[in-house]
Amino acid sequence: MTEHIEHYLAKYLRMDRLPHIWCSGCGLGIILKSYVQALYELDYDLDKIVTVSGIGCAGRASGYVNTDAFHTTHGRALPFATGISVSNPELKPVVISGDGDLFAIGGNHLIHAARRNINMLVICSNNFNYGMTGAQYGPTTPPDIRTPTSPYGNTENPFNLVSLVASSGATMVSRWTVYHVHQLKNSIKKGLQKKGFSFIEVLSPCTTGYGRLNKMSPIDMMRDLKETSRIRKVNPTEATIEPGREVILGDFVDVEKPTYSDVLDQVSRRASI
Amino acid sequence: MNEPGVLTGSHFTHGDWACAEGAIAAGCGYFAAYPITPATEISERIATRFPLLGRRFVQFEDEIGAIASVIGASFSGMKSMTATSGPGLSLMLENIGLAVMTEAPCVIVNVMRGGPSTGQPTMGAQGDVMQCKWGAHGDTEIIALAPQSVQENFDLTVKAFNLSETYRTPVFLLSDANIGHMYEKLVIPEEEKIEILSRKKPLVSPGDYKPYMADESLVPPMACFGEGYRFYSTGLTHDELGYPNMGVDAQDKLVRRLCDKIRVNTDKITLTEETYTEDCDVLVVAYGVTARSAASAVQKARKEGIKAGLFRLITLWPFPEKKLWETASKVKGVVVSEMNYGQLVREVERAVKPVPVEFLGKLGENPPSPNEILAKIRRLDQ
Repeated sequence: MTEHIEHYLAKYLRMDRLPHIWCSGCGLGIILKSYVQALYELDYDLDKIVTVSGIGCAGRASGYVNTDAFHTTHGRALPFATGISVSNPELKPVVISGDGDLFAIGGNHLIHAARRNINMLVICSNNFNYGMTGAQYGPTTPPDIRTPTSPYGNTENPFNLVSLVASSGATMVSRWTVYHVHQLKNSIKKGLQKKGFSFIEVLSPCTTGYGRLNKMSPIDMMRDLKETSRIRKVNPTEATIEPGREVILGDFVDVEKPTYSDVLDQVSRRASI
Repeated sequence: MNEPGVLTGSHFTHGDWACAEGAIAAGCGYFAAYPITPATEISERIATRFPLLGRRFVQFEDEIGAIASVIGASFSGMKSMTATSGPGLSLMLENIGLAVMTEAPCVIVNVMRGGPSTGQPTMGAQGDVMQCKWGAHGDTEIIALAPQSVQENFDLTVKAFNLSETYRTPVFLLSDANIGHMYEKLVIPEEEKIEILSRKKPLVSPGDYKPYMADESLVPPMACFGEGYRFYSTGLTHDELGYPNMGVDAQDKLVRRLCDKIRVNTDKITLTEETYTEDCDVLVVAYGVTARSAASAVQKARKEGIKAGLFRLITLWPFPEKKLWETASKVKGVVVSEMNYGQLVREVERAVKPVPVEFLGKLGENPPSPNEILAKIRRLDQ
């Protein structure tokens, strides 16, 4: 007779929802594992977390985590999380969503949530395309990349996510990849403990769409994350992602500022005098 | 903080102010909006009062963010509201669908102005009656109330919160620029005389909680974030556990319940007001500011010896078709007066068939005048 031993992370996941829907070789499973591992290592009170996501492949992440969780409309995870953070400052919203959700349809909310310094952690899975709808180009796709909506090569310039978020006023901005699992997990731990708007960009392969269309095997994509990246301390404006150039990883911003809720409390006190 | 939540007493004020005070009296703890004429004065009043009460106001970057945050705050246990006008409502529609789908109690004030598009920002209209009912995609039922005075802007805002909490649904307050900017007397009752209703909470332990399992009321008890229930909620079609379900049966079961929880309670939800209808030959149907003009027209008709009556819709959605039929089935004809090119008249025609219906619509600032309505009454009385 074999004894059933529960996995040490089982209580952090909705085991009745597994296996997840993500493709083989996709980085989202690693991001999810890193998140729950961080919660486990911090022994974080799960009743103080709300996992929020938008729409797309990454949007499904909120459904697998055993915290209060909400799957919002496309691009609106951040204002939804703002409503949580402002109305109950005891709660820490953690947004897990994709680059298209957070920077295209939801881009306006992102810069404003960072500007207000809403207390939340945003984990952005950047796979350089719209994976769920079939690998169309998006606001992070490098020039010349072929996708179903850029069949002759992408003609648009991509955002530098860490630079954009840093200049919007975030208190923590970092970039890692799903190859750098320990650094990623530690970064999430730091973000969970940080008071303020914390942002982690996680470079993650989309093997089924982006990789297949551009003739990159899953192994090549993971090897690229390892071999083209360098951990360096630079100004985020210099951390652009361009073909043939090294990709800078690490922490770009780590400062302390009063959160939006702190400021509202100060205003309440000032108005009442 | 000694700031009173309820400003009991008489005030000479405008409709937007009354609406803000109604929200405060109802216990609204979170308000988010984007400035827009003619609803901005609601935000301004809230921005002045909320900090003194320790409540939360956020001026958002757009109306999409405002409504999304209202839903987030609602799931965090707050009574939540936003206020806007036509262009803002158009931006909010997708997330109003999310509020319907995830059953988030919230109040959406729409101070209607002339449209389509930017239209006439400072001019009143009743052009969003159909949009608030049918604007979100898919099959939805919502509740909409139409105040006709500054007093009702207060009273019906409180009522809107009570209905949203009872039925876990977005509730619209369909005011307009005329009511929003009109100054008249407002009497705020004593706090203990204002009825306040709150959402039903789960009675089971977290392990047994199914967030979307409803009893015969069709309204599931609502746990909130941070209470230990650790529930999951999604805009995708879901089962009783809240988990996504792409089955045909799941869609049918969920959407029927979401609609039926409003439909089967139509009689309980709907408010109407009848004047001179016991013996009337011609019935005028109106709502909001237009009903004031219609009331005057009915008085004039009575003086001429015409048996006219007024059926005022206070609840527009769900449409009180049974109540309307009870009265309208006995008359020679019905006049419908609106500040649009024919919206709610379609519902009235459907409800009173085969009774003849005359429509009187005006576009731009003023409701049809009493004399214009009277002319229609005379024609139907012949």
